[in-house]
Amino acid sequence: MKYFITDNPNAAVAIADIPEVEYAALYEDLKERLADSRYHVAHYFARPEENRLKFYLILLDDVKHKIMVSSFAMEYYDDIALPSLTALHPQMHPFEREIAELFNVEFDSMPWNKPLRFPHNRRNRNSSMDNYPFYTIEGESLHEVNVGPIHAGIIEPGAFRFICNGENVLHLEIALGYQHRGVECEFTKTSNRLRQTLLSESVAGDSAVSHAVTFSQTIEKLMGATTDENLNIERTVALELERMAMHIADTGALCTDVAYQLGQVACEALRTVVINTTQAWCGNRFGKGLIRPCGTNKPLTAAKIELIRKNVTDVRRRYNEVKEDIESSPTILARFEQCGLVPKAEMLRIGGVGIASRASGASRDIRASHPYAAYINKIEHQAVKMHDGDVMSRLMMRCHEVLQSADYILQLLADYTPANISQPDYTTPLRGEMLAVGLVEGWRGEICHVALTDKSGEVSTYKVKDPSLHNWLGLAIAVRSEGISDFPINNKSFNLSYCGHDL
Amino acid sequence: MAIVLNTLLIVLTAIAIPGIINRTRAVLAGRKGVPFVQHLRNVNVLLRKGAVYSTTTTALFKIAPAIYLGAAIVAALMIPVADLYPLISFKGDVICFAYTLALARVIIIMAAMDTGSSFEGMGAAREALYGALIEPALMIGFATLALFCGYTSFADIFEYEQSFDLHLTIVMLLTAFLFVKITFVESGRVPVDDPRTHLELTMIHEVMCLDYSGIDMGMIHIAGWLKTACFSMIAANAVAATGCFHWWFATPLAILLTGLSVGIVESTQARNKLSRNTTFIVTISALAALIFFIGYLLKLNINI
Repeated sequence: MKYFITDNPNAAVAIADIPEVEYAALYEDLKERLADSRYHVAHYFARPEENRLKFYLILLDDVKHKIMVSSFAMEYYDDIALPSLTALHPQMHPFEREIAELFNVEFDSMPWNKPLRFPHNRRNRNSSMDNYPFYTIEGESLHEVNVGPIHAGIIEPGAFRFICNGENVLHLEIALGYQHRGVECEFTKTSNRLRQTLLSESVAGDSAVSHAVTFSQTIEKLMGATTDENLNIERTVALELERMAMHIADTGALCTDVAYQLGQVACEALRTVVINTTQAWCGNRFGKGLIRPCGTNKPLTAAKIELIRKNVTDVRRRYNEVKEDIESSPTILARFEQCGLVPKAEMLRIGGVGIASRASGASRDIRASHPYAAYINKIEHQAVKMHDGDVMSRLMMRCHEVLQSADYILQLLADYTPANISQPDYTTPLRGEMLAVGLVEGWRGEICHVALTDKSGEVSTYKVKDPSLHNWLGLAIAVRSEGISDFPINNKSFNLSYCGHDL
Repeated sequence: MAIVLNTLLIVLTAIAIPGIINRTRAVLAGRKGVPFVQHLRNVNVLLRKGAVYSTTTTALFKIAPAIYLGAAIVAALMIPVADLYPLISFKGDVICFAYTLALARVIIIMAAMDTGSSFEGMGAAREALYGALIEPALMIGFATLALFCGYTSFADIFEYEQSFDLHLTIVMLLTAFLFVKITFVESGRVPVDDPRTHLELTMIHEVMCLDYSGIDMGMIHIAGWLKTACFSMIAANAVAATGCFHWWFATPLAILLTGLSVGIVESTQARNKLSRNTTFIVTISALAALIFFIGYLLKLNINI
């Protein structure tokens, strides 16, 4: 089985150079490889090319730090059923469901053949949210609880259908797709690079920096441009600031949910310091406007560096106190420990990424496995790992990563002298007939953008994969056999994105 | 005169406790916090509003808040403030008090079931379970008082001839502790319930009131304050009975006892896992039984 093999900093390939194989070969190969935890699929999508439907597969090899690209094609109007990979490796389910939904491709023995996100260009127009095929169990002592479809706190749409036996959850089904925005299509509708950048910042509001960095790196790879050292450092600082802010916010949210006021107020205050630092840097608390292709409008100055170092040092010290406080509170431990277990094997099977997977003991961290920006040469990233896969592990992941991120920021800025950083480049044409992959470890996990250009160098297909896509299933597994009243803390411990899924 | 003062003091206690809780929490969190009377302003707004009813509800749902508040008022009128007299007092009013509040609980549970919402059904199930589990604690607590003093009316129990007596002090202080714990359960505070949570799946009392709005919601709030004040005042009376049996001592004590203990617990402690609430409440009943036997032994005048 042939792959085009590359690594993260150079992940651009001419479409003509991508090997095209038979589905049978791909199926057999993935069957083998995905059983090994070193491989997982970053993206798998199809697009019509003339009268063929071409499938692209981006496979990641964590051990050799490689990105492997392959493809296959079928006649657009073929109605052969492809043997489903989901049946063997559940991590393939969102990809196969998307392909089936968009192009009516039939996957044979697909165990969970449900609509993914109801895009406007879906084949089956009769399939809608109103007739979503919820899983049901019949039983005298069972009852169903439907939560949603609007989240009462963040006003994002998603329906959670619980099947409960008394207080215990037997099954949870999460139905998303209420707010399909057509983000991926929007990228191809405009050739204005600035618009596309702004769009990337809005893929998921809580990961504005991460998605913008992923987009910028993808575009830079398509241009064939290299980014200078200083820009890489500043982007890494921005990414780690975002990670700190979100992890601290989640720590606070978890404390709120168990009515632990001290942790809540401390974290709310600390998060504000971090996002205000980002604001002092670029004028927006979520880092919008900071990341641009090939350069930045908001370079660091000596004064800003001083401010960031001062605030990060302060936050690190105070957050460490909160961490120790949490670790030594019996009432907190009683709530979080052994709650919402997702074993490592299960996490790998469903293709979990990011902090949720590391909390279960899997070592999925793009910063370590596929380094980019300053992780290539400035930081030797050691991924934090936990083992239990419970709410406490996911919380402690955050606690440790905040301290680690603070250390990285301080380390990067210690001997950093602000230099001239180039202005953003919105005009350089992209290389035609290319495929580029952007891989970034956002605070939630692995973010993967794939862009394909046409002959004239315009983006013709843009695919986004947010870490939430796979991790939602992890949440459903975590709450099985837990009390339904523990669902909120499990949900917070994953803190997944609705809009990141719905795209 | 004493009866009027008694009633006014109960109302004052009911109004002051939520304020003290909020102030304590704000101070401990290092926040400026809401004004002391914010809860009164909120309810004032609610009382001036109309109510919106779900189309699936029946008349039961609409009359429930009135019965709930009515029951709470009747119960509150039975509670004496130390040396003062309550409006309603008769032989066996401790039993009447307990089951007047049980009536309040039953009516709000039925109203919650009436909405047909799956959330409210779960809340009703929880409330019924915890209500049933806390009842032994309440009854054994009253039995201890009745056994020791020989009366079955609040007014008489606390009016029991006061002279400094070690046995009485021990039983009264233990009973006071028991009633403070019962207050936590009955008024739905941390660690049993969390009145501030926005998460329907974890709520107990709040989830049963999700469909109420406006004036109905206001009445439910007021009833909740009165319930808290009743239990708090019983605990304060028990403490006051050990030495300083005067209304000017019992009233501030009732306010501070609950206000501070709830405020401190809610600031420093996380809530129980729901399945552990059962253990927590049964433990209170066990504690009540223990206190009853201590009281019984002391009554027999066994030297310890």
